[in-house]
Amino acid sequence: MHQEFLMGNEAIAMGAIAAGVDLVCGYPGTPSTEVLETVAKHRSQGTYVEWSVNEKTAMEMAGGAAYAGARSMVTMKQMGLNVAADPLMCLSYIGVKGGMVVLVADDPGPISSQTEQDTRTFAAFSKVPVFDPSTPKEAYEMVQEAFVFSEKYQTPVFLRSTTRVSHGYESIEVKDPDEYAVHEIGGFIKDSSRWVIFPRLANMNHRKIEARNAELTDTLSDYPGNRIYREEISPAYPAAFPSNQPAEPSSPPDPFTVRAVATGGFSFTYCMETRERIRREAGESFRLFKVSTPFPFPEKKALEFLEGLDEVLCIEELDPVIERSLTYVCGKYGLKTKILGKLTGDMPASGENSREIVQQAIEGFMEIPFSTKEPLDLPPLPVRPPVLCAGCPHRASFYAVKKAMQGKKTIYCGDIGCYTLGNAMPLDMVDTCLCMGAGQGIAQAISHIEPDTACFAFVGDSTFFASAIPSVVNAVYNQAEMTLIVLDNSTTAMTGHQPHPGTGQTMMGEIVSKISIENILRGIGLETVETVDPLDHTLAVETVRRVAAEKGVKAIIFRSPCIALPAARAAAGKTGPMVVDPEKCIGCKRCIREIGCPALVLATSDKEPDEAGIGQNGPDEAGVAKAVSIKAAIDSAQCTGCGLCAQICPVGAIRREVSHV
Amino acid sequence: MSKNIILCGVGGQGTVLASRLISAAAMAKGLPVMSAETIGMAQRGGSVFSHLRIGDVHEDGSKDIFSPMIALGEADLILAFEPAEAVRMLLYLKDSGRIVVSNRPIQPVTATLSGSSYDPQIMLDYLKAHVPYLTIVDIESATREVGSSKVVNLILLGAALAEGALGFTRDEMRQAIIDKIPAKFHELNFKALDYYQNIGG
Repeated sequence: MHQEFLMGNEAIAMGAIAAGVDLVCGYPGTPSTEVLETVAKHRSQGTYVEWSVNEKTAMEMAGGAAYAGARSMVTMKQMGLNVAADPLMCLSYIGVKGGMVVLVADDPGPISSQTEQDTRTFAAFSKVPVFDPSTPKEAYEMVQEAFVFSEKYQTPVFLRSTTRVSHGYESIEVKDPDEYAVHEIGGFIKDSSRWVIFPRLANMNHRKIEARNAELTDTLSDYPGNRIYREEISPAYPAAFPSNQPAEPSSPPDPFTVRAVATGGFSFTYCMETRERIRREAGESFRLFKVSTPFPFPEKKALEFLEGLDEVLCIEELDPVIERSLTYVCGKYGLKTKILGKLTGDMPASGENSREIVQQAIEGFMEIPFSTKEPLDLPPLPVRPPVLCAGCPHRASFYAVKKAMQGKKTIYCGDIGCYTLGNAMPLDMVDTCLCMGAGQGIAQAISHIEPDTACFAFVGDSTFFASAIPSVVNAVYNQAEMTLIVLDNSTTAMTGHQPHPGTGQTMMGEIVSKISIENILRGIGLETVETVDPLDHTLAVETVRRVAAEKGVKAIIFRSPCIALPAARAAAGKTGPMVVDPEKCIGCKRCIREIGCPALVLATSDKEPDEAGIGQNGPDEAGVAKAVSIKAAIDSAQCTGCGLCAQICPVGAIRREVSHV
Repeated sequence: MSKNIILCGVGGQGTVLASRLISAAAMAKGLPVMSAETIGMAQRGGSVFSHLRIGDVHEDGSKDIFSPMIALGEADLILAFEPAEAVRMLLYLKDSGRIVVSNRPIQPVTATLSGSSYDPQIMLDYLKAHVPYLTIVDIESATREVGSSKVVNLILLGAALAEGALGFTRDEMRQAIIDKIPAKFHELNFKALDYYQNIGG
């Protein structure tokens, strides 16, 4: 064992490696992405790793490997589980031979997702057991336990994480390679009565699964992760809080003896902080039930926890899973204990918990007077919505379509990726965004409903491969009128540059033939498939005008690498940034108004942008009286020299920095 | 020494590396560390933060930090890479806590568009009025002096170090740089770390 400072996702990966995982597949998605990347980086020689084309394929891969007795893991964010639901629901019935862990990272908030769905609920729906760690350290241990559990019960097992667990860091003890688990891969053994899911087998296995899960509510009650934190009552402390007066027979019972808290996942860490804080101030604290296997729910352990309690406050994020389960246990065993939480309006129904939300809820519940700091009257703060990076080729693509279609009736259907940010002003080029690959279906539908609307679907390269191809087939075959715009930046950008079938490299480090988006589209039957560099603004606009006027389904591939890719960065370093000639700039602000590049800023005529703000001694005169003569300027630290702004300036005031020419 | 540190700024400013260096220094002393940070969409020019908590080791092995998240009024130090972001995080600061802040604003695109860039001086004045332990770093002259605009994080770390607000020695931080950053950047990072000390605060 040795100490490492690991991100939760790294801890899950290192735990899977320590468990001897043989195959790991997944599709990138915040907050889950780093798990597979870490396995790829630290995997042992025999481990196979891939970014699969989508979550469904990844789930099927993990299932197949586990059929053969290998240990497999599949990784995704919660949205991806919807894509992979079909194979998972069936795998639950068919079962596995080798250990199979389904790592799903949920996103309370949500911070980077479309929904606040809860994988614990999905676990109950699919009848697949779920482990729910609270910290990176627990995640490291639980993933190893999950493999053993999966093999013992021959079922896939969820490891459910959330953003703060996945992206939290902790110094933890990890195993050395000679401590890793070793196991035999038996290989696939033909047995159609086991691996072929006919209705009769489904019916039989359904009965078995229900019986197993009923039994697991007992078994998991003994799992150490499901734990009751009880107060060790010290005689040195008075029993009652907050007064030190001796309790009289008529006085109400001490809240700590009749009220308690139940929690799970990351909220456990908030509860423990509050518990310790109360202990520091009061000398004692409340009983706490930590649920690490929300499904199947550890009923016996819950009964032990509920003993003697009048009320329980449930603190959890996303769905009221623990709250519903405890309410059920109370009903089943005829307990009078009142279960409070989201359903009773005692906790927020949606959004992320915080130290403050949890602390105030528990202090209120335990009737502890809490002191809050006087709120500060902060000055108005700048709002910072996320934006496309300076030099992002998507900006140029959106702008080209916008210019080409000016004055026409259009709909711009967006999709999931960095390019969703094309919705921001001033581009305002995303009219719809639903889920991975949905843009084309929506655009096709509008083309049938509103034939006079020019329908566009924008899809990124990775999303195209993941989930858009069947929709293109659908649109072509069903005679739609629409323009497909593939924004090909040669990577999966939003999640941090993962390879996909169009990039020509795999997670095993092999250089392979790229799969051509043009060939796919032509193979489907599109007659017009044009590829253009969006940074060549005139050509891009001309291409959109021409292609959009054609009949049927046609496509434009805007190809230019993500500016955050190392190779693109290096190339930008060589060309150098753009500069505004203050002599020529007429201050029309067209560059700023039209494309909204973060490198374009306002400056007074005789000042560099950085000096127009404040200097060491506070604001200078120009900084205060900035209304005098405002011109455009370029922040050289951000500008990548893409040159789009230079093509927009009506007076040619923007050029490449002289030293770089 | 138990310590709660918040690093904040705008996506792409290098808060994560600074957080990682402090963690490495704490790990080297055998202290338990937890942290949490912004990853994902907000990294594209949004407000980003890193919470970093360093705990104590007790003889009985018990912990005193359970969550990587810092509560309001609990931060010993806020290392702010941007004036408005310092104000945004102000509620987290302890009464006795220190803020080390860069004076250089990053204007959001929305502000540039509407022609209403925010005035960083209002933020700095607000901090001066509300924070007894405040260090404002003139980041323009600092990066000019050090010779790189890429080491704002080390310049700010160095200022916190010089103010005695980090809880580590200069040697411990230099060792963290050696452990975590490629050798060819060591001299530049040392120079940035020492900048504030050398100009005499």
